[in-house]
Order: sequence, then structure tokens, then C-alpha cells
Amino acid sequence: MKKKHLQRLDLIFKNEHDTEAILEKTFKRSNDDVINDLISSGLKGRGGAGFPTGLKWKLASEEETEVKYVICNADEGEPGTFKDREILSSVPHKVLAGMAVCARIIGAKKGFIYLRGEYLFLKPQLLEAIDKFHSLLDEMKVDFRVEIFLGSGAYICGEESALFESMEGKRGEPRNKPPFPTAQGYKDKPTVINNVETLAHTYSIFKYGPEKFRDLGIQDSRGSKVFSVSGDTPVPGIYELEFGMSLQKFVDDFADGDAKAVQVGGASGFCVPRKRFDKTVIGYQGKLRGTSLPTGGSMMIFNSSRSMYNVLHNYLDFFVEESCGQCTPCRVGTQQLLLGVEAVKKGEQPSSYLDKLMDLAEAMRITAKCGLGQSVANSFSSIVENFKEEMIY
Amino acid sequence: MTAVKQLVKGLAEQHGRNEESLLPILQGIVSQEQHISEDAMVEVARELNISAAQVYGTATFYSFLHTKPLGKFVIRVCKTITCMMHGKNQIIKELETVLKINLGETTHDGKFTLLETNCLGQCHKGPAMLINDKPYTQLTPEKVREIIMMYRHEEVRAN
Repeated sequence: MKKKHLQRLDLIFKNEHDTEAILEKTFKRSNDDVINDLISSGLKGRGGAGFPTGLKWKLASEEETEVKYVICNADEGEPGTFKDREILSSVPHKVLAGMAVCARIIGAKKGFIYLRGEYLFLKPQLLEAIDKFHSLLDEMKVDFRVEIFLGSGAYICGEESALFESMEGKRGEPRNKPPFPTAQGYKDKPTVINNVETLAHTYSIFKYGPEKFRDLGIQDSRGSKVFSVSGDTPVPGIYELEFGMSLQKFVDDFADGDAKAVQVGGASGFCVPRKRFDKTVIGYQGKLRGTSLPTGGSMMIFNSSRSMYNVLHNYLDFFVEESCGQCTPCRVGTQQLLLGVEAVKKGEQPSSYLDKLMDLAEAMRITAKCGLGQSVANSFSSIVENFKEEMIY
Repeated sequence: MTAVKQLVKGLAEQHGRNEESLLPILQGIVSQEQHISEDAMVEVARELNISAAQVYGTATFYSFLHTKPLGKFVIRVCKTITCMMHGKNQIIKELETVLKINLGETTHDGKFTLLETNCLGQCHKGPAMLINDKPYTQLTPEKVREIIMMYRHEEVRAN
């Protein structure tokens, strides 16, 4: 067994049941104090976008509207991500506690868990946890209720505004931003929408204080992060690790010794080739040397037996199907990128055509309406640039 | 009252007659009938007092809502990268052989439909598939044969 570099943490999945104590403690404090704790903890959205959680709650709390909502985004659809499923099945009470504190702070009486259709099998146990949670709220005389809203197989609904549209009975097509959800979200009311893992982290922050969270990680990337590890690894699974780790150390610990690339952040993330492992840090952009890559936790490892053309083709195929079709750059762009790499591979187009395709991907980054179309360039350009010969021959 | 009318009416009463209940109602129809027929869409529009075009628009957007008839058991095999790396194609081949249909088809007895789907969130246990809402992971051709046999004998009903 190789020496392990990275410390395994056990904060999120720790078996602890202090919802009542946490609610009592936070309800006694002023909203500002609780928000300041969240802000000083450095917690950022764990879905991948990384918006500071405390700030999101603060913005929603400042809206002067009677009806507001708290939504837990459990539409975990990014290829290579499966940690939210595990969090919801093993510690749902932590997520619910986070939702209750958020509801109290912003003044919401209703919350939803938007559960992806693929996770329908989790619904019975989740309902059980919600029933238990509601009984506790009744005892504490807290006016807050949580419902499950089920998705129906659409990756785009993980995008927050598409998620609201879907809950309103429409096609899951993203809205223009601004307005942002904290001002106009579900049914155009101020809404806090947080990822499953983000809410579970707030539980630990309220229980142990912001310092303990802040002590983990580096610079702009604080706390721990749950990673979904898959691909060519002898130990696939879910791991909670300190944020801001070096990709080299991650590969040393988790790969099979023959890793040629790691896809960080799923199909919408970046492909890092072997030569860049030691210069890459997993976390948000800060004053770090080298490259820092954010991620919702998807870490897919590819060894030297894998064709990166097949990997890219699979991602593009995914995007073609999952693009909502609303805006032209994404609807047409994803299809043309797929046709384009196929044409180069078959020799119907010269290798220089790849540069044109990269220009197209960059144009999509600038012109697409939402994160889906904008982020296709991440995987496209990073794979094509680093594995050009595999695209051609 | 036709069966579809009755089903839609029951679902509208259960979920409420507003736009937010559209998706839950459509999901309810699919869980009973495996697909949403044109009659059902018209009926939903009438119950919710919205246009049939809106119902159609929503019903055709989501990959788990079908507007064409499907088998009683819908098999969805994950085709996203890690499941593919771990032998998704062999699983499809085995299913095609066992069920005597091609990908995208339904068996003559109307029991099984074989489809591919995008990431099921089981990447560490690939290859994976769903049969209706139940996940099956770490599949091998042998395992797949056993699972289908089990469904054929409807032993699954006993659970």
C-alpha cells in the first residue's frame, strides 16, 4: 500500500443527530450573527459555481417580500457526480436542518428538495426523514414545511432558473440573469437555492463554529469537499477531503499508477493531462501559483489505455442531448462540435479544422444563455489542446 | 368516464389544479401507463385550464416522460463515460440477446423496453441501469440475464 498523502475527513457523514440543539442555538442568535458565521467560515456553493453561501442568504433576507422559498438542489446530473445521493441517503437530517435555519433567516415558510428523477428510489426514505423533521418542528413551534419535487430526467434542470421553470410546470429552459434567484426565483419570489452538500456543511458550521471549517482548506477554498471518484481507479467511491489539494497528490492516492488525464468537474469541467498534475490545485481561483480548478466534486480518472477522442465524443453526445435547445449557440454549437470532431477523425476535414471548432466553443462560452452552453468549451478545448493527436489519428 | 379521464381527474385532485402540479400529474400518468397519450394531454389541459400546447411542450421536454407507448418495464442503461468504460456495450448486447429486441425497441409481449440514458449518478458502480425506478449496478452479462429472468417471473412483485 502506498503512503496516503491526503487526509480523509469525516465531517459530512459523521453520525450525529443534533438538529434540535442546532436549531435552538441558531434561533436564539440574531440573523446577522448567523450570517456572519457563514460568511466567515468561507463556505461556498458546493454545486460547483462557488457563490458564497452566507452572502446568498443575506441577499435573500434583505428582500422585503412576505413569501420566500428555500430549495435544496438535488438534481445531481453532472457526469461523474454521485455524492449528493450518498449525502441524502445517509445524513438527510443535516440537509433539512440547514434548510430550516435558512428559512428562519430569510423568512421562508416553505422549502423544497428538487430530487432528480433518477433518484426516485430515494424518495421513501427521504419522506421518512422529512416526517421526523416535521414532528420536531411542530414540537419547537416552527412554521416551516419541506416537500419533495421530483425531476424527470433533464440535466439542465440542475441550473437553478431552469429548475424553477420545471417546478412551475414548464420546459426546463433557463431564464436570463439578472434577476437572480435571491430577488426573483421560484414563482418570482425571493429564493435561496443551495446544493445538497452546501446545506449539509452549514450543519457542521452551526455545530462546531466557523473556525473549524475555516481551518481546513486554503485561501479562497475553505473547508472540506466531498469528491466523487470514478474511472480508472482501484478505489472508486465518495471521499471527503480537504479543499485546495494538489491534483498530483490526488492522483497518487486514487489512480491506478497509469493515469494520463483527470477530468475535474465532469463533462462541463476541465481535462488535466499528466504533465499538469503537479501544477493544478483543486479549488477556486485565488492567488495560487499554477492553475486552480473548481469542481462540484466529479473526478474522473483516465489511464493510458483510454482514447481521449472517445471521452470527448461521449461528452459532446451528452451535451447535444441535454442542451435545452432554447438558444442557438448551444443548440447548434453542440451539434456542430460533435459533427466536427467526427469529420476530423474520419479525415473528411483537415486537422486545422480543430482550431475552428475551438473558436466555435469559445464563441459559445461568450454567447450561450446559461452555464451549460458556456461550459462546453471547458472540456472541449482542454481535451483537444492536450490530446490533439488522438483527435486526428 | 374513460380510464384516462378518471386517472387524470384523480391526479389533479391529489396534486391540485395549478401549473405547479403539471409535472407531478404527468409523472403520475407515466407511472400508471408508461407514457402520456394525446388523450391524456388534452385531459390534463382541461383539468388544469391551460392550453394543450403547454402540456405538450412540457411533456416532450423531459427524457423520463414519454409520449409513445413503452413496455411495462422500462430499462434505461447508462451510456455516460464511466459506465461506457466499464462495459456498457456488453450489457446492451446481452440485453438485446436476452430480450430479442434492439436498443430502442419494446418486446412483443409489451413487457420490456430497452433504452439508453445519460448519467445515472452510479459512476463508481458502473455499468448501471434503471428498471423503472429501481437501480441495478456493477452489472455483468450474467447478472443482467438473472435480473431479466427475475422480472419475467414477476418475482419482483413479491417485494
